[in-house]
Amino acid sequence: MIAFIVISAVLCAAIVFYGVVVWITERKREVPQDDWMGQAVATKGMRAKDIDAVSKKQTVMKILVQVGLYVFLVFMAIIVLFPFYWMLISSLKSQSEYNASIPTYWPKQFHWENYKYLFVNVAEDGMFIASDFDLKTLFLNTVLVGVVSTLLSLIVTVLAAYAFARLEFKGKNALFAALLATMMLPGELFTITNYVTVSSFGWITDKVGIFTALVVPFLVSVFYIYLLRQNFMQIPNELYLAAKVDGTSDLKYLWKVMIPLSAPTLISITILKMMGAWNSYIWPNLIGGNIFQLVTVGLRSASFQNAAGETLFPIQMAAVVLVTLPLLLVFIFLRKYIMRGVSRSGIKG
Amino acid sequence: MDTERAQKPVLSKEEKKILWKARLSPLKAWLYLLPTLVVLAIFTVWPIISTVRMAFLADVRDVMGEQVYTGYDYLKDMGGMYDFSFSFENFAHVVGYGGFKTALTNTILLTVITVPISTMLALLIAVALNSIKPLRKLLQTIFFLPYVTNTIAVGMVFMAMFQMIGPIKSPTSVGIINNIIEAFGGKPVNWVKEGSSYWANMTVLIIYIVWNALPFKILVLLGGLQGVNKQYYDAAKVDGASRFRIFWRITVPLLSPMIAYVVITGFIGGFKEYTSIVGIFGDVRMGPPGSIGRPLNTMVGLVYDSIKSNQGEASAAALILFVIIFAVTMVNLYVSKKKVHY
Repeated sequence: MIAFIVISAVLCAAIVFYGVVVWITERKREVPQDDWMGQAVATKGMRAKDIDAVSKKQTVMKILVQVGLYVFLVFMAIIVLFPFYWMLISSLKSQSEYNASIPTYWPKQFHWENYKYLFVNVAEDGMFIASDFDLKTLFLNTVLVGVVSTLLSLIVTVLAAYAFARLEFKGKNALFAALLATMMLPGELFTITNYVTVSSFGWITDKVGIFTALVVPFLVSVFYIYLLRQNFMQIPNELYLAAKVDGTSDLKYLWKVMIPLSAPTLISITILKMMGAWNSYIWPNLIGGNIFQLVTVGLRSASFQNAAGETLFPIQMAAVVLVTLPLLLVFIFLRKYIMRGVSRSGIKG
Repeated sequence: MDTERAQKPVLSKEEKKILWKARLSPLKAWLYLLPTLVVLAIFTVWPIISTVRMAFLADVRDVMGEQVYTGYDYLKDMGGMYDFSFSFENFAHVVGYGGFKTALTNTILLTVITVPISTMLALLIAVALNSIKPLRKLLQTIFFLPYVTNTIAVGMVFMAMFQMIGPIKSPTSVGIINNIIEAFGGKPVNWVKEGSSYWANMTVLIIYIVWNALPFKILVLLGGLQGVNKQYYDAAKVDGASRFRIFWRITVPLLSPMIAYVVITGFIGGFKEYTSIVGIFGDVRMGPPGSIGRPLNTMVGLVYDSIKSNQGEASAAALILFVIIFAVTMVNLYVSKKKVHY
């Protein structure tokens, strides 16, 4: 505990110190360019001394406020990061270290074998039975569903967005408005009937069926069509007419001009869709059962217990790390695209 | 006949081709839309009709008035071919369940508690982030992290953090959160284990939901702050307004459209709360181990509880939820129309 407080105190102090240093250097740079505000004060007939006194008081206040801001932000950041930190260090602890009454904030010894157990299903003392958690299959299933549903839904979305953005037909605006209206209905309204529908199609009994049921109902996302249509409409019509004069077909124009020009939106859609497959729980849990599980369902339903019925938290945490890490990596490398999509939707996944 | 033919312009082969292409153009548009429309028809339009129909189907009773079939089962057995009658029975059943009151209470409590907390915190963090320069990018990234994580997976981490290990009377480890509480002189609490109190469980849920809701709100509010014209602040400074005053009189009103947006989406999300509870407590019990009657169930949970066994009641529950969300959103919009400065 003390170690934890000391570490966070040192961290806070370092960041505060850094903030103050940077602020002072920034201030020095800003002083000469005293703009209209300074002049306005000066013309009121204040003497230079007064101005000095006021600005000194303001400087002290400003530093205090900045320090306060950093302390607050760093404190909140620690709270936000703490579950990640705890998940990582717990996944590397031994069972006895995890269960110790005095918590350790850094593993005494790194037990990488916790991760190995997730794949080979045997344990240190022969007690751990992870037969209900088959990580390889779960990963494979999820990646397969993610890739196939992303590819298909990209094709469907591009075609629909193109029709709405470029082609002329009767009732275009009314149809588009109707599509947008469906976005306001909560998903639960659809799930019940969709469950009935896919079961009457026979899609919940075997692996291929479940796979289809995981992909097909979610191929069309009105939000993505809307997003891509907006992007397509920004591309000047002259390009299209020029291509037509040159005798280019619509499909070729779509492929050679529209798609490359709206690549950022397509990347956003791809990432959000993959994230959706990775995180989805309710629908796969409903129809997949034990036959075809996605990674989140598998993680939640596995017991992570040894023969004595004791929960093996380090191994459970190792599984959580492996499920969480790919998303964090994707986020770190492709942050720009994710934030673009998210700020416009508010839809998770 | 002849004169008619004469009036028609004579078209070359090329021109005819172009004309045909123009005539086929609308057809092509429908071809492009075909996959979208087929999927939407089956999985979006049909469900709207069918869900409403299932919700209003009357139970089928024999001459003694005993219920033989639920409306939907009968409809299915008859291959959809029977004159069903319209009734509110499914709604009455759903509202009559003991679990309904629990679910409704939990949903409302979680929403009403978490939305204000997460909005206030997100506003403070966004304003703070907007008034610092160094480290802003790093901190912004950190605050966004919860968004890209798996709700179920991190829920399991929260469960582990609040978990006591060993027997409740004399645990071998009280868990990291209790360790921190003890370090500040508090007493360990049984948060999630067998016999834990309702409010202990709710506290864990509230903390997790707020943790999960922050990133989106910070992102939207920070985006709004960056669009605020700096002149307002300069003017306020000239007038010698205090920071607190500037925050309440300038920042909040100028941000009010964004605040309204995160509050409204927050309310909608709050009423659909489900996976965070599954992440922490699991969907077998929807409560701590040993509990009965799914004490932490929500409205969405209620829908999924009966989705396999009684689709009529599930549909009724979903419609009730929809009406609640719709009403709350309307109230939100009405209030924000009065308060928001556009």
